[in-house]
Amino acid sequence: MFEQLYNAIFIGSIYALFAVGFALVFSVLDILNLAHPTVFMLGAFAALFAIATLGLPWWLAVPIAFVATGLFGILLDRIAFAPLRRRGAPPLSAMISSLAVTLAVVRVVELRYGGDFITFPAGTVPSFLIHVGGATLEGVRLAIIGLSIALMLVLTYLVRGTALGREIRALAENPRAARILGIDVERAIAATFFISSGLGGLAGVLLAFAYNSLDSRMGLPLELRAFTVMVVGGMGSLPGAVIGAYLLGLGEVASLVYLPAELRDAFAFGLLFLVLIARPQGLLGQRPADRI
Amino acid sequence: MDAIADFLATYSTTFAIVGINALLALSVWLTLYAGQLTLGNAAFMAIGAYTSALLGRHLGAPFPLALAAGAVAAAALAAPLGLTVFRLRGVYLAIPPKTELWHIYLSLAVVAYVLWRVQGSIAGRAWAAIREDEVAAASQGIAVRRYKLAAFVLGALLAAWAGGLSAHVTFSIDPNDFAFTKAVQILVFAVVGGIPNVLGPVLGATVFTALPELLRPFKDYRDIFQGAILLAVIIYLPRGIVTLAELRKTRRLAEIGAADVA
Repeated sequence: MFEQLYNAIFIGSIYALFAVGFALVFSVLDILNLAHPTVFMLGAFAALFAIATLGLPWWLAVPIAFVATGLFGILLDRIAFAPLRRRGAPPLSAMISSLAVTLAVVRVVELRYGGDFITFPAGTVPSFLIHVGGATLEGVRLAIIGLSIALMLVLTYLVRGTALGREIRALAENPRAARILGIDVERAIAATFFISSGLGGLAGVLLAFAYNSLDSRMGLPLELRAFTVMVVGGMGSLPGAVIGAYLLGLGEVASLVYLPAELRDAFAFGLLFLVLIARPQGLLGQRPADRI
Repeated sequence: MDAIADFLATYSTTFAIVGINALLALSVWLTLYAGQLTLGNAAFMAIGAYTSALLGRHLGAPFPLALAAGAVAAAALAAPLGLTVFRLRGVYLAIPPKTELWHIYLSLAVVAYVLWRVQGSIAGRAWAAIREDEVAAASQGIAVRRYKLAAFVLGALLAAWAGGLSAHVTFSIDPNDFAFTKAVQILVFAVVGGIPNVLGPVLGATVFTALPELLRPFKDYRDIFQGAILLAVIIYLPRGIVTLAELRKTRRLAEIGAADVA
């Protein structure tokens, strides 16, 4: 029971790191970034490159992956979203352009590393066990839980308490007004993408470390989960995304205990459906003002 | 004649898939035309495929009846059930091939014609009005909810029809054929092809189904090319490839910010 709870919090932390970045871009730019799962995968491969090719230790590979995926996020925005933004294109176009980038980038990774599961070179990924009471737990997961919670606190401070955060919130509220008030909108957007993608990439490295496994399609299962988490928490709400992520993690682990494994995805969909019916604006979302 | 027959025989599966994808693209086009975004059509396609396949296999229902039953079932079933069904794993069905190419293209021609005619009808104009401005449409006395529901259900029906046809082309169906990726793919066909015109989705489905075949010689780099082409289309042809001919006009419209319909 305790071990199940531990695993639920672990997987919830990964979902949360992934989903806050996804929700951040949605709240600021109103676009669903379908390349976010690709960024997740790139984070894991950036760490693999740092460890296996450059011979760096794992604790250096983690920040490298964060910065590399953050920079990739800025590039992604310049290539796939900025041209559409200038034209005032509908959000649907951005979904498709991010999909186009995904298609190409996944293939580039496969050209270098192939499409199969890969493990890190032996002994390069930390692994230790801790004993609590009668239970044996994987220590890396505890470190990941701690790191995720710390990062989300940092993100909260960044968004709520700094000048950059104020600019990002102003942008989310009303881009035109933000520009008139002298905010460098493009810079704020670049910062948003750096943070969003950096966190997404970090989630990828951490999951790859925990399972010692990575592959070019490892981001795909997270796409639907990020959707679910965002709808459950309230579209674009960051605390909502975090709560939604842990709820989904708990629910999935519980469903694995009581239901056959094939129904794991069904749980996510069931949750999505229930929330949409009972509370369409999500747990922490605001009900859109009635327009009539 | 022989050369043509050979060509058809060699590529008949490709042709069949092009036609089915065009039908699917039209099913999404219908809902997009009414201003709604749906990712549920892959699920309805699955319902159509499974219903018709199971009816044909276990009850020996005649093919047209099985197809129609699949379409009706999809129209009747709610999306959540579909979502659950299409994520199930390991339910793998083998089906005797019954679909012939002309079934698909006859369906496509009929559907495209009907949808083309619908644009000018009362329902078509109501959908366009809802798409442009829901509140304004409601104030004009248009039953917004009823029309939106109609577009959604009709889209589901079409997707299920395409699903039923496809189940009998590929000889087998697997729930994973209908996953999230498929839902997005159908959307890509419609949007990249172009929403302003029923030819758009058909063209989009044709190009993006044929493209992987055409790029076969570069197979290692195929997805990279496809991604680049998709990106170029969405950035430079905002109204879809159907507007390629009027590119200059589109650019001018884009400059004054009036080009986007989708």
